[in-house]
Amino acid sequence: MVTETLLEAELRELAGSVPDPELPVLTLAELGVLRDVQVEGPGRVTVRLTPTYTGCPAIETMSADIERVLHDHGVPEVSVVTVLAPAWSTDDISAEGRRKLAEFGIAPPRAHRTDGGPVPLTLSVRCPHCGSTDTELLSRFSSTACKALRRCVACREPFDHFKEL
Amino acid sequence: MSAALALGDDALVLSHRLGEWAGHAPVLEEEVALANIALDLLGQARVLLSLVGDEDELAYLREERAFRNLQLVEQPNGDFAHTIARQLYFSVYQHLLYERLAAGDGEFAGLAAKAVKEVAYHRDHAEQWVLRLGDGTEESHGRMQSGLDALWRFTGEMFQPVEGLDSAESGVDWQALESSWLAAVTDVVERATLTLPAGPRTGGWAAGAGRQGLHTEPFGRMIAEMQHLHRSHPGASW
Repeated sequence: MVTETLLEAELRELAGSVPDPELPVLTLAELGVLRDVQVEGPGRVTVRLTPTYTGCPAIETMSADIERVLHDHGVPEVSVVTVLAPAWSTDDISAEGRRKLAEFGIAPPRAHRTDGGPVPLTLSVRCPHCGSTDTELLSRFSSTACKALRRCVACREPFDHFKEL
Repeated sequence: MSAALALGDDALVLSHRLGEWAGHAPVLEEEVALANIALDLLGQARVLLSLVGDEDELAYLREERAFRNLQLVEQPNGDFAHTIARQLYFSVYQHLLYERLAAGDGEFAGLAAKAVKEVAYHRDHAEQWVLRLGDGTEESHGRMQSGLDALWRFTGEMFQPVEGLDSAESGVDWQALESSWLAAVTDVVERATLTLPAGPRTGGWAAGAGRQGLHTEPFGRMIAEMQHLHRSHPGASW
């Protein structure tokens, strides 16, 4: 493990503050897709990103946005590479990210990862509009691959649920 | 590289077939679901084909005989139940295969570990629909059964060992994979009050030489449509 320099930490913060192109309420850091930023030499930086889904079309926009932000900060050579392993999980979304999703009307994913730790409880999905836990699944796939479509039985509103991965 | 081509072509071709449902699915939710599954598969195909060469050249400029996908995935969509039968057969296979690849330390372990989580949703989607259609009305039951029957003879091909993924290196035991697949499919089919098809899956009457580059008639028309834009306007981009 290489220790991160002060400059790398600063650049990582900048790259991490880029909003997600599909869920602009979240930053890339909150979504948990920014792996690391490495300074390769004077003015040369490599950023490692991981996609939420293998076919996520937003990854190209994310790369372009990061390049732009780092160029504007005076880094002439930015290379953004996509890494698949270890695979991204919805558990990588930060607590702040989850709070923002709910505020935006998207039910955040429930704790999911089971390897090694205790098996998480499967709680029902809470309606982001009225807070009721009486909700039902309409479709496993919604406006994007990462979301499922649900309906609240209490307030009758349909809503997106960031499904566990 | 032949393994990357085989798995990549399975994903690419099925992705294209599912994409053909856009504008035609029975309800909006299914339109979105099938397109999302297609997108996952396309993402997997891009990673796999990039291991072999230029992804666009491989997808758009290869002739029919150079594709190494299973004949199952190139079969036309048919009605919705027919598509769901194809989804059940393939997604159970892909899920079980990728679980094994993810557990190994071969070159596909990283991709498989990621893709297996996506494919788990595809499998669940197919299983839920088989249950709903099989245990639904007389009409839906009949159509689901016809779909399962029609595609059954293409399922034996899935378990011919893929070159480069033999048991020793990749950790994939193809015989064990086939028994797990058969057990899982039988379980869903029986719970859906359907009958496991009885026709031959192996031997002289079984279909399947896609891995050797031999494809069924509808595949030529499918790739003609898939490739014509790129071939008509070489180098064009959005």
